[in-house]
Amino acid sequence: MAAGLFCISSSSLEQTDLIAGDRAALLPAPFREWFAARGWAPRPHQLELLNRTREGRSVLLIAPTGAGKTLAGFLPSLTDLAVRPMRKPGEAHRGIHTLYISPLKALAVDIQRNLMKPVEEIGLDIRIETRTGDTPAHRRQRQKYAPPDILLTTPEQLALLIASSDADKFFSGLKYIVLDELHSLVTSKRGHLLALGLARLRRLARGTISIGLSATVAEPDGLRRWLVDQNPPDMMADIVTVAGGAKPEITILDTEAHVPWSGHSARYAIPSVYEAIKRHKTTLLFVNTRSQAEMLFRELWHINEDNLPIALHHGSLDVAQRRKVEKAMETNSLRAIVATSTLDLGIDWGDVDLVVHVGAPKGASRLAQRIGRSNHRMDEPSQAILVPANRFEVMECRAALEANYLGAQDTPPLGEGSLDVLAQHVLGRACAGPFDEDEFYEEVKSAAPYAGLGRATFARVVEFVATGGYALKTYERYAKIRRMKDGRWRISHPNVAQQYRLNVGTIVEAPMLNVRLTRKQGAGGNVRGGLLLGQVEEYFLETLAPGDTFIFSGRVLRFEGIRENEAFVTNAAGQDAMVPSYAGGKFPLSTYLAAEVRAMLADPSRWKALPNQVSDWLRIQQDKSVLPRKEDLLVETFPRGNRFYMVAYPFEGRLAHQTLGMLLTRRMERFGARPLGFVATDYALAIWALEDLGHMIRRQKFSLGALFDEDMLGEDLESWLADSWLLKRTFRNCAVISGLVERNHPGKEKTGRQVTVSADLIYDVLRTHEPDHILLQATWHDAATGLLDVARLGEMLSRIRGRIMHKDLERISPLAVPIMLEIGREQVPGSANESLLGEAAESLIEEAMGA
Amino acid sequence: MNLAQRIAWEAVEIAIAGERAVCDPSGALYLPADRLLVVSDLHLEKGSSYARRGSFLPPYDTIATLKRLAAVVARWQPSIVVSLGDSFHDAGGSGRMPESFREHLLSMMSGRDWYWVAGNHDPAPPESLPGHWVSELALGSLVFRHEPARGAAGEIAGHLHPGARIVQRGRSVRRACFASDGLRMVMPAFGSLTGTLNVLDRAFAGLFSRDMLTAYMLGRDRVYPIAGELLRA
Repeated sequence: MAAGLFCISSSSLEQTDLIAGDRAALLPAPFREWFAARGWAPRPHQLELLNRTREGRSVLLIAPTGAGKTLAGFLPSLTDLAVRPMRKPGEAHRGIHTLYISPLKALAVDIQRNLMKPVEEIGLDIRIETRTGDTPAHRRQRQKYAPPDILLTTPEQLALLIASSDADKFFSGLKYIVLDELHSLVTSKRGHLLALGLARLRRLARGTISIGLSATVAEPDGLRRWLVDQNPPDMMADIVTVAGGAKPEITILDTEAHVPWSGHSARYAIPSVYEAIKRHKTTLLFVNTRSQAEMLFRELWHINEDNLPIALHHGSLDVAQRRKVEKAMETNSLRAIVATSTLDLGIDWGDVDLVVHVGAPKGASRLAQRIGRSNHRMDEPSQAILVPANRFEVMECRAALEANYLGAQDTPPLGEGSLDVLAQHVLGRACAGPFDEDEFYEEVKSAAPYAGLGRATFARVVEFVATGGYALKTYERYAKIRRMKDGRWRISHPNVAQQYRLNVGTIVEAPMLNVRLTRKQGAGGNVRGGLLLGQVEEYFLETLAPGDTFIFSGRVLRFEGIRENEAFVTNAAGQDAMVPSYAGGKFPLSTYLAAEVRAMLADPSRWKALPNQVSDWLRIQQDKSVLPRKEDLLVETFPRGNRFYMVAYPFEGRLAHQTLGMLLTRRMERFGARPLGFVATDYALAIWALEDLGHMIRRQKFSLGALFDEDMLGEDLESWLADSWLLKRTFRNCAVISGLVERNHPGKEKTGRQVTVSADLIYDVLRTHEPDHILLQATWHDAATGLLDVARLGEMLSRIRGRIMHKDLERISPLAVPIMLEIGREQVPGSANESLLGEAAESLIEEAMGA
Repeated sequence: MNLAQRIAWEAVEIAIAGERAVCDPSGALYLPADRLLVVSDLHLEKGSSYARRGSFLPPYDTIATLKRLAAVVARWQPSIVVSLGDSFHDAGGSGRMPESFREHLLSMMSGRDWYWVAGNHDPAPPESLPGHWVSELALGSLVFRHEPARGAAGEIAGHLHPGARIVQRGRSVRRACFASDGLRMVMPAFGSLTGTLNVLDRAFAGLFSRDMLTAYMLGRDRVYPIAGELLRA
């Protein structure tokens, strides 16, 4: 982004001159001179945006990376500040003039560096500072006393700032709010918190102008509403769109090598990818999951005969290791970096001239943004290669290119604002000073995600903040916020504000354990020290037995044991990893290409567009099993290892399959099939069980028609949700965000493990005794929007009624291979757990009887 | 159902220092010889204890625990009940307990010898509740106290909230458990808002002879004896 801020190529310079002629006058003289001295001209969209803000309008700028988006966003405030009268000696400090908010700390720091350069060159007297979790206390203190002109910060820091008692003074002079990477901010709970913060800022400083910077999205109106006050409803910010620049040159990897029927490693492509790395200056290799990153990195080094500097970067690695890689990137001393989404957003990584994406286009729909990295000049086409890891992905890549799918981001699902976030915000509002409930309700409704919030629900959230909101009113005397005589709410004790500050934010980490490398095998419990390799989700480590090997941090490791918050491992170089599926960082995205792939699959005449090996695969499937017609559902059953599998191929996308999996396993449990777990992909759903499923279907212990009956979406859905572990996980997040469970007590931090235990217990108690509690409603809502995709599932179930083909096989079919390798560790609660306990008990009996 | 049937279908009979004892799936221990029922770590009024500090946990934990206690008392009809310490989550807990809960508890206590053993959460007798207040209790070869002491054979203790974890077929199952090596026992916490601590944690070090340790894991309606070597940290 640094290099791209002001660069402009000659071709669009002419264009600029034509359009910008009269508009350039908007710029103060020092800016015009500065541009001229460099032989540059401001771009039309930069001036257009400036023009709109001069008219007092908030603006959404949609532009591809490299279009000078950041400068466009800051031009209004820089030009404004340039003509501002000097502060006279002795005059009080002015508040913040411009607030910049980015999703990433690193981005805020990056922007500061990039902004300082022109500011100094133009000779502007402007103070620009960052404020993040890393900012030392003394500097924060000083920022409060003498605010900078431009403050660069994150949504969490904004929440803290508006919750302080001097927020009104601090923000009273605020003119502009610049929101970077808006498309990625708005889709999460962080976005909800930020929207509420924005509503607050609009009250603290009337007439503040919002400027949203976004990558290309399919439907920008949601973002336009998000930027402005929703009173009156459906108001929208202006929009300035920059046409896409040069189209990226995206190709599917062309290789002689055998494309595997299955898997996600793309091992087959390693030699071709390595050749591509050699042909380019710097290559970024993106993968969808951490385990893929580990695998790819290791494989590349395996054949790295030229000893090219190739590095690995993902979120689980230790910070020190990540910083080292980032440093090396900045100085262009790397030839290739293997990365996951940790490197996704607009950070500057030196001279990347090729992006390789391993995996299906669902990851690649983010590719537009990622490809942006490969070229800072928007007018030159960027180079990108898609590497499908298996044959389903070949079809999906093909379908994606044919449907011209990769140009735009999927429309961000701008759902209703969540109530747990609102609860956090209500407490923050009270920390800043007393509030009137009706007035505050109007303010909250002015934030787009909460525009539809009912008055009664709002009152329940306030009650929840005050005393927990239980039907049984036993906590009145411990209330956190109380009504004063004049009816306004205030916090009941200064401690409440202190606690609030420690618990701000919407990101709840999955419980993680440190992974420490030791020398001594089998010593798990008794060793200390050793190199810290990074962190891995607890649920993954819990399924390992001592002696199991897995890949992490670019090496094969042997698991030795867990002690408190650390997992101990030893080097197992030279061995194969026994546990391949460390699924950390899986994309929760669903793809809209599934129907397209289904059609391709059903129509052999379209297979010609596919590589021979892929069409061969489909022919073998036809031979060994069957291929479903476009509207049919194929269900295969087969044994494998000590389990029995059922694989269905609805091609409806992962979310719908996940819901289907949860409901089917519940039913199968009732039918006595003792399901153990399931896994869902965009194409298929696999369920495994202790009982022989094929046999049960043949013997009519249950019928597939009954299993897939639509009525599952009624009571089954309700009752499944009630005791689902997924709902427990969702509840835990809601409990933490809403402040029911604190992640931090002053002086005492709860570990993730402790939070998990207590949140599960709370969930059980609450569900039994107050199933209508507002937090359970919030949990249900999160689950329904995030995990279910019920509508799509319903359409599918009615489509396949009477059209289910069952194929009982002796072994896994070619089509089933991809999903079988996806098998993670999603759990089904219920009798299988009891069976496992029973089995373990049996072994004790065996031992006792056999001795 | 007679005693034998109850044991066969629901609970597991074991011996502790030679005394017969039955592990009930609710987490209570029954000693048939003395018609004595032991429960540990009820942590009554834990919810309100947290609420005082600003975390509004559901105010239903006490009634949930009392209902489960009433059920297990009705099942075994003991003449003696021992509450093995941490009966209340904090010193003010019994005072905060709503009147209806107190009456519920009183009706369970009536006609029985009820012993409140002192715990670290409740070092003083509960307010306005009957029953004997003791720091520990000896009966035959057994001794009942809250915090386990090293090398104490025949001891039945609580305090540590033991839980155990096994991994079968790549799946992890974690449950509260009775922990015993045949000589002594640490009871699971009975309270409905109480977490667990893995029996392989350092806090249990030196209590059991490792090769004799069995975790009696609490299932939905059964107790599962799991050998020490199958347990995972």
